[in-house]
Amino acid sequence: MRDNPVLRVVTKITIPIILLFSLYVQFHGDYGPGGGFQAGVIFAAAFILYALVFGTQAVRIVVSPSILRLLTASGLLLFAGVGMVTMLLGGHYLDYDTLAQNPLHGQHLGIFLVELGVGITVAAVMITVFLAFAGRRD
Amino acid sequence: MDMFALYNYWVVIFLMMTGFYVVIASGNLVKKIIGLNLFQASVFILYISMGKVSGGAAPILRETVQTYSNPLPHVLILTAIVVGVATTALGLALVVRIKEAYGTAEEDEIHSQDESL
Amino acid sequence: MAGRVRTTVIELINIVLLGLLVITAIAAIRLHDLFAVTIMFGIFSLLAAVLFVVLDAVDVAFTEAAVGVGISTILMLATIGLVGRQEKQPTHRPLLPLIVVAVTGAALVYGTFDMPHFAAPDAPIQQHVAPRYLEQSPNEIGIPNVVTAVLASYRGYDTLGELTVIFTAGIGVLALLGLRRRRSRLADSPEEEP
Repeated sequence: MRDNPVLRVVTKITIPIILLFSLYVQFHGDYGPGGGFQAGVIFAAAFILYALVFGTQAVRIVVSPSILRLLTASGLLLFAGVGMVTMLLGGHYLDYDTLAQNPLHGQHLGIFLVELGVGITVAAVMITVFLAFAGRRD
Repeated sequence: MDMFALYNYWVVIFLMMTGFYVVIASGNLVKKIIGLNLFQASVFILYISMGKVSGGAAPILRETVQTYSNPLPHVLILTAIVVGVATTALGLALVVRIKEAYGTAEEDEIHSQDESL
Repeated sequence: MAGRVRTTVIELINIVLLGLLVITAIAAIRLHDLFAVTIMFGIFSLLAAVLFVVLDAVDVAFTEAAVGVGISTILMLATIGLVGRQEKQPTHRPLLPLIVVAVTGAALVYGTFDMPHFAAPDAPIQQHVAPRYLEQSPNEIGIPNVVTAVLASYRGYDTLGELTVIFTAGIGVLALLGLRRRRSRLADSPEEEP
C-alpha cells in the first residue's frame, strides 16, 4: 500500500489530525463526551493507520517495543500512584480532596491525572496488541 | 400498550440469543469469538435501554435541562466494553497459537487430533 | 404537539435501528466466509453505537464506535489473515443448540414481564444512587460530564481494576504472540521473549 500515492498523501495529512483529536477528547472529557479510554483508542488508531499504509517496520521505528512496554506500565503506575499520594497526604486511597487546598480543585487535578494514566495505558496496549498480531506473519 | 412497552427488551433478547447460538453451534473458533462479541454487544444494549428516562437528556450537566438519563449504567457499560475488547484480543491470540500448534481452527478437528494422540 | 411528534420520530428511529441490528445478526449466523462475518460484526457495532446515541448514552456510543468498530474488527481481520478465511460447512443440523437457545430465550422473555416499562421515569433503577450523583456532583466534584465524574471519582476503584485488566490483556498477548519479528515458521521454535 506504500506504492499508492493517494493513500500515502492522505494518510500523512490525516494522521496529525487524528492525534490532535485524540488529545482533544482526552483533555475535554470533563466537559463533553470523552475521557481516557476513547482518547487512548483514537491515539492507537492513528498508529494502526500508519502501520496499515507504511508497514509494521515503519511503526517500529517510530515507537519501539521497549517504549511501548514502558508506556503500558507507566499509565497504570500513574493511576495507582495518585492513590498512594493521596494516602500519604492523609486521606483514603484515591481520595482526591486532599490533592489541593480547595477540594474541588483537588478533584479536578485527580481526575485529570487519572484519565491521563488511563489514556496512556490504553493507547500503548492497543498499539502493542496490533503489532503483535500484524508482525506474526513471516 | 403493556406488551408494546417491553418490545425493546424482547428484540435485544433475540439478539442475545443470536450471539449465543453462534457460540454454541459453530465449529470455527474465530466465529465463536465473533458470536461472543455479538452477545456482549446485545447485553450492553439491554443495560443502556434500562437506563433511559423518557424526556431525559444525556448526563452532561447543563442549565437548560431538567431530567437526565441515568449515568450509572453508562459507567458500567463503558468498563464492560473495554474489558470485552481486552478479552477478545486475548482470545484471538490464543486462536492464532492454536492454529499454529494444530494446523486448524475447527473445533472437531482439534478434538480428533487430541484423541488420536 | 411538537413534543409528541419528536417522541414518535425517536421511537421510529429506535424500531428501524433494532430491525437493522436483527438483520445484521442473522446475516452473521448464516454466512460462512469469515471476512463477511467480521464486516457484519463491524456494522452491528456501528448500529449499536447509533442506538446508544438515541438512548442518550453519548460516552458509551463514543467508546463502542471506537473500540467495537475499530479495534475489535481490525483484530478479527488480523486473525483471519493468520488463521484462514473459510469456515468449514456444517455436516449435521444443529438441533440441540436451537433447542437450548429457544429455551433460554423463552426464560429471559418470561423474566422481562416483571420489568418496568421502557424509559419509565419511576423505575427502581432511577431511584437510589443515581439522583444523588446527579445532584451532588456539582458540589462535590464540579465537572459537567457526570459519567466522567462517576467513572474517575465516585467509582474510581472500578476504573483502576479495569485499567489493570487492560494491562493484563496486553501482557497476555505479548506472552502469547510476542513483538519480535519471526523470520521463519519453525514448529518447535523457543518461546519468544517479548
